[in-house]
Amino acid sequence: MKKWNLVIDVALCHDCNDCFLADKDEFVGNDFPPYSAAQPWSGHRWMNILRKERGQYPIVQVAYLPVPCMHCDEAPCLTADGAVYKREDGLVIIDPEKAQGRTEIVDTCPYGAIYLNEELQLPQKCTGCVHLLEEGWTETRCSQICPTGAITLVWASDEEMAARVETEGLEAYRAELGTRPRVYYKNLHRWTKVFVAGSVAYADTDECAEGATVTVSRDGAPAGAVVVQGAVNNYGEFLVDELEPGGEYEVTIEAPGYQAHSAAVCLEESVTMGLVMLIRG
Amino acid sequence: MGEVTRLTNLTTGGPVHVYVKDGRIMRITPLQLDESDGPSWTIEARGRTFTPPRRTTLSPYTVAHRSTIYSPKRILTPLKRVDFDSQGALDSTGPGGRNVRNRGLSAYEPISWDQALDMMAKEIVRLKRELGPAAILTCPGSHHLWGNLGYRYSALIRFMNLVGYTYAEHNPDSWEGWHWGGMHMWGNSHRLGMVEQYDLLEDGLKNTEMVVFWSADPESTSGGIYTAFESTPRRMWLKELGVKMVVIDPYFNHTAGLFGDKWFAPRLGTDVALGLAIAFTWLTEGTYDKDYVDTHTVGFAEWKDYVLGTTDGVPKTPEWAEVESGVPAREIRALAREWAGKKVMLAAGGQGGWGGACRSATGGEWARTMIALVAMQGLGKPGRNLWSTTHGVPCDTTLWFPGYSEGGISNDPSTASGFRLASRLWPDGPPPGNPQHSTEGQTVSRLRIPEAMMHEPHQWRGKGFCGSSIESQFQKYEYPAPGYNPVGMYFKYGGSFIGTMTETNRYVKAYREGQIQCVVNQSIWFEGEARFADIILPACTNFERWDIGEWASASGAGAHGVHQSNHRLIVLENKCIEPLGESKSDYEIFSLLAERLGLGRNYTEGCSDYDWVKRMFEASDLPTRISWEEFEKKGYYLVPAPTERKSTPALRWFAEDRQRDTPDIGPKVWDTVDRKGLQTTSGKIEFVSSSLTRFYKSGVTDPERPIMGPQYIPSWEGHRTEELLDKYPLQLVSPHPRFSMHTMGDSKDSWSNDVKDHRVLKGGHYYWIMRLNSKDAQERGVRDGDLLRAFNDRGEVILAAQVTERLAPGTVHCYESCSDYLPAGEPGYSADTAGCINILTPKRFLTPTSTGMAPNSCLIQVEKWEGPLAERSVS
Repeated sequence: MKKWNLVIDVALCHDCNDCFLADKDEFVGNDFPPYSAAQPWSGHRWMNILRKERGQYPIVQVAYLPVPCMHCDEAPCLTADGAVYKREDGLVIIDPEKAQGRTEIVDTCPYGAIYLNEELQLPQKCTGCVHLLEEGWTETRCSQICPTGAITLVWASDEEMAARVETEGLEAYRAELGTRPRVYYKNLHRWTKVFVAGSVAYADTDECAEGATVTVSRDGAPAGAVVVQGAVNNYGEFLVDELEPGGEYEVTIEAPGYQAHSAAVCLEESVTMGLVMLIRG
Repeated sequence: MGEVTRLTNLTTGGPVHVYVKDGRIMRITPLQLDESDGPSWTIEARGRTFTPPRRTTLSPYTVAHRSTIYSPKRILTPLKRVDFDSQGALDSTGPGGRNVRNRGLSAYEPISWDQALDMMAKEIVRLKRELGPAAILTCPGSHHLWGNLGYRYSALIRFMNLVGYTYAEHNPDSWEGWHWGGMHMWGNSHRLGMVEQYDLLEDGLKNTEMVVFWSADPESTSGGIYTAFESTPRRMWLKELGVKMVVIDPYFNHTAGLFGDKWFAPRLGTDVALGLAIAFTWLTEGTYDKDYVDTHTVGFAEWKDYVLGTTDGVPKTPEWAEVESGVPAREIRALAREWAGKKVMLAAGGQGGWGGACRSATGGEWARTMIALVAMQGLGKPGRNLWSTTHGVPCDTTLWFPGYSEGGISNDPSTASGFRLASRLWPDGPPPGNPQHSTEGQTVSRLRIPEAMMHEPHQWRGKGFCGSSIESQFQKYEYPAPGYNPVGMYFKYGGSFIGTMTETNRYVKAYREGQIQCVVNQSIWFEGEARFADIILPACTNFERWDIGEWASASGAGAHGVHQSNHRLIVLENKCIEPLGESKSDYEIFSLLAERLGLGRNYTEGCSDYDWVKRMFEASDLPTRISWEEFEKKGYYLVPAPTERKSTPALRWFAEDRQRDTPDIGPKVWDTVDRKGLQTTSGKIEFVSSSLTRFYKSGVTDPERPIMGPQYIPSWEGHRTEELLDKYPLQLVSPHPRFSMHTMGDSKDSWSNDVKDHRVLKGGHYYWIMRLNSKDAQERGVRDGDLLRAFNDRGEVILAAQVTERLAPGTVHCYESCSDYLPAGEPGYSADTAGCINILTPKRFLTPTSTGMAPNSCLIQVEKWEGPLAERSVS
């Protein structure tokens, strides 16, 4: 059967906050029994947009990760008594009556996607706009409003979804938690992996070293170990992405007629190296 | 529980469907098109067919609109300052006095509408008898709520034209450098120095190989203006086609984040140096369009000598520009070479112009630089233009519907109303205009409102937006105008200037120390300047009254701005709910006030707001397409994309030396020669300006506005003003905000407060954000989220720090347009905790003869602030 899934492309989110605000528009002050009680005026982030800068001036990227309830298939928040339950369509719902006073539910979510409504003493979160879908809507408020197409609501069977995961390189955020989220991310490497970038010039001509090659390898890795290559562009810049964070790497820059330049970098996070001047010889 | 009804409305951030239940707005969504609407356009280019998504997009402040409609900051009854007694003399204090020095400090008490209107009417009569016909100063904030009836040019000006007034003219705050500089190079006064954008999307998709965004961030600033994210898919298409995108901006902006292949961050105020070095590279490498320059420009040889350094001994080499701008010379050369080798669109600013760089000391020369660069690469030839990717979709411009600057119901001589609207709205002859709102009356520059309130005589040139001719901006004005008294009443309307103008402690002090006997503020929210009024009249939003408008249609200087949005939409702005509390529509407030002044019938013509909306509909071309009944039922009309239409790309006619074939509204025939060429006297792009030559001949010199240009003139407040730099080592850039529109949408306890990149909650207070490089932060012991004191000799502001790599060290970034003002101590003399960064920006004009603002030429210092958290002042 078709189930609810959300696909979020990290490369397309630019933090316009339309989704965050549309969520507030839908839920603040509006009760949608039996699925949700009104969200408080401020404080909740049922769509929580995280920000991470990658690299340092002058070569930098910014990644945004919109985090709603993941509507996990193995959701730790589910309760035996139906205060939090899983629907057949995949959505996880906190029953606004049964969950009243059950503040401990807030802490069950490893994604921090459940918020406490202090006035009602009620745990609350993204409902997947279930009340709208039941009215016949084909979009959630966040997918409807997203101007870049970063958020897409997908109705698909688990098999169809598995196929999309394979072909489109979709990933769960923090899959290691094992909760099997129904929210999938595209280009998640922008959040989870790191890059090394830099500027390269020829010392003798002071021109950008366009066409120079960049090889990034694990420092101390045995010969033949996996390496990533990049090229220096016409502005003298290179950026090699999708590296595992936390390791020691060796960056080697080579250009015909110039001495190769090697440097060791520690990539706890993305790093923009300083200017490298290649010496003739 | 009642049924849910779905109604339409229109905002500065896009058209909406409003879901209303039990007299309450429950939901606001993008206006949802349906299958009965007409077709969208298609463009065939490079083997692909492009057509826009059948949807509308919204700016974030519109998505959050429900929280500003139901804001806890709404003013729900008329208010009077508790210690204001209109019987007292100007300087009177204590009981029975005006106590004007308590403005900004004293509390307010609710009064009835009768009391408020009676008091105001009496003051108007008394002051007009005492001071004469222009006793009332008025000025609306920028970008009022949308609608041809309620917009500031319409209901307000109609009332003021009846009553008599001194109008504080808006400076062209988004145009500045194009208006005061660019116009002297290529004319285009009808667009305030910017340029037409017709059919450039098609041209771009078919021909362009690279886009250079220079001081342009369409992903932040409404994709142009008013059109939310309508242009985002176009940039995606260009990227899919392999079009390279370079972004030049002191901040790694959101367009750079989403699309940029390369980011340049020249030091603030040095963009001209960067531009001249690009030109130098082209000149010395022979990679510019010599034939075009020979046939389409004048004065190029003289300018070439300047760039090469033949005349002043300073060759404008990339190495020279590196010293000024901080951009490595080799990267400048790389940019120049790639640019010369490709068909390039220069996206300078948001709409064929604009951009923060034009609001700086070098703004006029920057605009000229942009024009010079596109001229050297064949401006108007296929794929080569000045195009911001935000405008120029295929569009049926033949169906006329008035834009807001056509003046609505005002028939004001300063608006574009005479164009078509007046004759259709009043077939038996229009109501009288008022020559006071022309060169014949008393006027004030919005940038000098404080001086007008202080009764300080002063002079300046140009009356606001000088669109009628190039020369109109040279016209000299003085305050008080000959034969007039200075003003005695201030009728403030709309958004606050403390967060939008320059050196704005002036605006605060003028209330408390100036010569204004009575201050009335007609406002929806209790914020900003409303806190300084004697009488506050509570207005309602456009969701609580009737109006009508077309999406993104400014008309006038923004003619055919409708080709920004992917679909032309004319929208009925339904009265979705009753006005909250005792608030009233602007139109009703003016009607009631006019009635007390014996002008009721003159103001209303017996019409309600609904009647006027219907009259506006009937006066437009809309009845040729849809009946009023159908329109009212559906709530909007989508103007179908034209099926048979000849594409007329902007300035192709100029490049090909033909008569203009675009639907542009200028240049006027009387302002061109032989109906050919540009508005400049030569008809060409002028490196030696004919209009500035004549200006100088009248005995004026302005070293910051040279006849031959563009020239690099170091900023009067920047990296070359070394003494000041020692004291205030950080350069401040304060662009138009991303999550609000001028003051609309900010604060008001709205949901936008919770947007992480808009404000930061700390100690129960939402602080405005300042962004600074990690090195500058580290030097000052500042960590992300800390509070900062930003200051210079003009004042101080408390802000929340965002530590970032999106700026070069030495540059700090803080959006302008904070809507509120919450001084920690004495108003005008203490730190603002609401976030009015404009307190720090210089009041100095763009150049001595250019009455524009230059907030991006501003030096400041910041330090970590650990003082007591802000106390909310007046509640």
